[in-house]
Amino acid sequence: MLYFSKLRILFISLFSLLFILIASSNLFKFDDSFFNKKINLGLDLQGGSYLLLEIDNKPVIEQKLQNLTTTVRNYFKDKNIKITNIKIENQNIFFKVSDQNKQTIIDTFTDENSDINPYYPRFKSHQLDIEDTGFNFKLSFSRQGLIALKTSSQDQAIEIVRRRIDEVGTNEPNILKRGNNRILVELPGLDDPMRVKSLLGKTANLTFRFVTNNDNDSFGVEKLKYEDGIEEATVSKRIIISGDNLLDAQPKMDTQTNQTIVSFSLDRVGAKRFGKATSTGIGKQLAIVLDGKIISAPVIRDTIASGSGQISGGFTFQSATDLALLLRSGALPAPLNIIEERTVGPDLGQDSINAGMIALAIGFLLVIIFMFVKYKIFGLITNVTLIINLFILLGVLTLFEATLTLPGIAGIILTVGMAVDANVLIFERIKEELRDENNNIVAFDSGYTKSRTAIIDANITTLLAAIILFFMGSGPVKGFSVTLGVGIFTTLFSVYFIARLFTSLYVSKNRDKEKLI
Amino acid sequence: MIAFNKYYNHFNLVSTLLIIISLILLIFKGLNFGIDFKGGTLIELRSNDTKINVSSLRDKFSQMNLGDVSVKKFGNDTDYLIKFENKDNKKNIIEEIKINLDKSFGNNFNFRRVENVGPKVSAELLKSGVIAISLSLAVMLFYIWIRFEWQFSLGAILALFHDVIVTLGIFSLLSLEINLSIIAAVLTIVGYSMNDTVVIYDRVRENLRKYSDIKIFELTNISINETLSRTIITSATTLLALIAIYFFGGEILKGFSLAMILGVVFGTYSSIYIANTVLVRLKVSQKTVLREDDNK
Repeated sequence: MLYFSKLRILFISLFSLLFILIASSNLFKFDDSFFNKKINLGLDLQGGSYLLLEIDNKPVIEQKLQNLTTTVRNYFKDKNIKITNIKIENQNIFFKVSDQNKQTIIDTFTDENSDINPYYPRFKSHQLDIEDTGFNFKLSFSRQGLIALKTSSQDQAIEIVRRRIDEVGTNEPNILKRGNNRILVELPGLDDPMRVKSLLGKTANLTFRFVTNNDNDSFGVEKLKYEDGIEEATVSKRIIISGDNLLDAQPKMDTQTNQTIVSFSLDRVGAKRFGKATSTGIGKQLAIVLDGKIISAPVIRDTIASGSGQISGGFTFQSATDLALLLRSGALPAPLNIIEERTVGPDLGQDSINAGMIALAIGFLLVIIFMFVKYKIFGLITNVTLIINLFILLGVLTLFEATLTLPGIAGIILTVGMAVDANVLIFERIKEELRDENNNIVAFDSGYTKSRTAIIDANITTLLAAIILFFMGSGPVKGFSVTLGVGIFTTLFSVYFIARLFTSLYVSKNRDKEKLI
Repeated sequence: MIAFNKYYNHFNLVSTLLIIISLILLIFKGLNFGIDFKGGTLIELRSNDTKINVSSLRDKFSQMNLGDVSVKKFGNDTDYLIKFENKDNKKNIIEEIKINLDKSFGNNFNFRRVENVGPKVSAELLKSGVIAISLSLAVMLFYIWIRFEWQFSLGAILALFHDVIVTLGIFSLLSLEINLSIIAAVLTIVGYSMNDTVVIYDRVRENLRKYSDIKIFELTNISINETLSRTIITSATTLLALIAIYFFGGEILKGFSLAMILGVVFGTYSSIYIANTVLVRLKVSQKTVLREDDNK
């Protein structure tokens, strides 16, 4: 166990040096991209916001079912089957048909080539499940149908979220899917999380609709409140143009009224419809509705054929900027709720880094002094090894560009405390061996051999705990499991290669010395 | 040689009492779950105005209609930690609080940290925390079952349960907050306690093979003594590192390092007085390990 070939010594030195060099790239700037890696600081250390958003799919499902009732009615009307008593209840569609048509209905919905109920061959499932309750038919989304719907609204939502955050201009945001109805947003170094939160909290569903006094409007009408929440107006459900028709939106200053406005331009289809509506509707009020609230309802004075217009509604410059941003980036398919938020200010982050570093330095110092007092020359070997171990650990974290969090720093300090364990096990064993053995080299050799199983067992148990924590833990705690786990490997390496190398050099030089340890 | 075995019965009684008291505390007093597991909102504030004190701040917050609000000093004299349930999960609550505070105290507060955990997420976090701890115990049981004979597995697991339950019991007694980092601490305690137990067990097994004429009562004592200096040194260095975190690592790591300190102390104690006494009570002998060797 104590013999090291020249080649092996060279290999160990080079390996250690490499990682020390990589670790030092956190302090210096290297031109080479391989060395110019850095440990990422977690949000708790550099400051920033962590937001977990959940998509509220209920309105999407209800809208889809609403559309489906019309589709189903028309589809079977063409086949001369009359659908009666159709209604939506608890996300199910119920309807009735005459007895002789029941089989046709079931066949249509369970046919793999059905054009009304898409079939997913991969999951052997239709989009919709049909059930004959005896009294009526119950139509609902199947498990796969629901998953497909959620996934698609998640895909759309993440795109819109990304656009909105890009428009705000935060550096290096991290936007990820979680499950099939959640979106994780990490925004490092954000100054004003409230603005982003309010931007993400809006669906931004914009429609232009006529204000009407006629309750018999063929599209139906609804009463909507103004932004101030007091005034109300009756608005037709017919949508003239929607946010989808917008090409661009910008905040502007109206030079005549000195008001902040949002000017917009429409695509071709939108411009045509807007032109037609403004020419036939002169004198009428056109309501501009955002997320179910009326921003303003100006009276049409002229035909607008240019395909551009403006929205006024008592905006401040900030609110006009935000509205323009929301309109440019498009509407969310469904409302988003922030179900978890963790924001750390930059000064607290810096305080945490400082505290972590001071704790690391003090912890390190205490351990080093203790080991030196206890083991003298072998304590010195352990301490040098410990320093190299720390650098290798930092080097590995840098190489993989791991994220360092405050608990992660705690993991490093803990590694320092526990790393001496293996060396202590070895040294204590050697002491025992030396009681019956006069040959120093033999005693050292068997000390290393006999302590091995205990060291491996002991490290595996800690490693197992770290692995479980890595998979079950979240955020900062994950950082702890990473440093703890990586620390075990670097510790084993430094104990069995570096410390053993030093030990062997010392023991070979002092092979005849009594009371070596 | 220290006669640890003289006190086996005494300390078994002490441990049993500790576990019973902890369980009673856990069942009747319960744990003080933080917002990670209970849901709610947490704000860390720093005031620039030294005239502002905790009671005026508390008064202000209780007027804001937030439900049950707790306002505490947090480390520094100018730092405060505010926690409330946020039952309605109001969206702009932070903004409202900011406006309210600015109105009464002027623009003197720095919002250093804001955490808001919804009821759904906190329930999930609690579930995954419980799963993580149970899983770690199961994995340790499995590992030790492969490496050692069943008597040893039982001893090691009893020691683990002891450490986890007593540490949580102390957290319950002192009403210390349980948050995500405490779960990390408990898992690390599980790893550490196991580590400590395994080192002594390794020696017990080695000695069982070596000496056929020494009874387990005596043999465990020999093994404890042979590994004692290692036990003390490793516990000492680990505790030194943890004490450095506790005193210098900042307020956020206080709970974590305290849990770890308790865990290391109890982990060391249980390796000696629980793991070994189980072997004595199960009358482990040379036959136990030799039979296993024959099978291999």
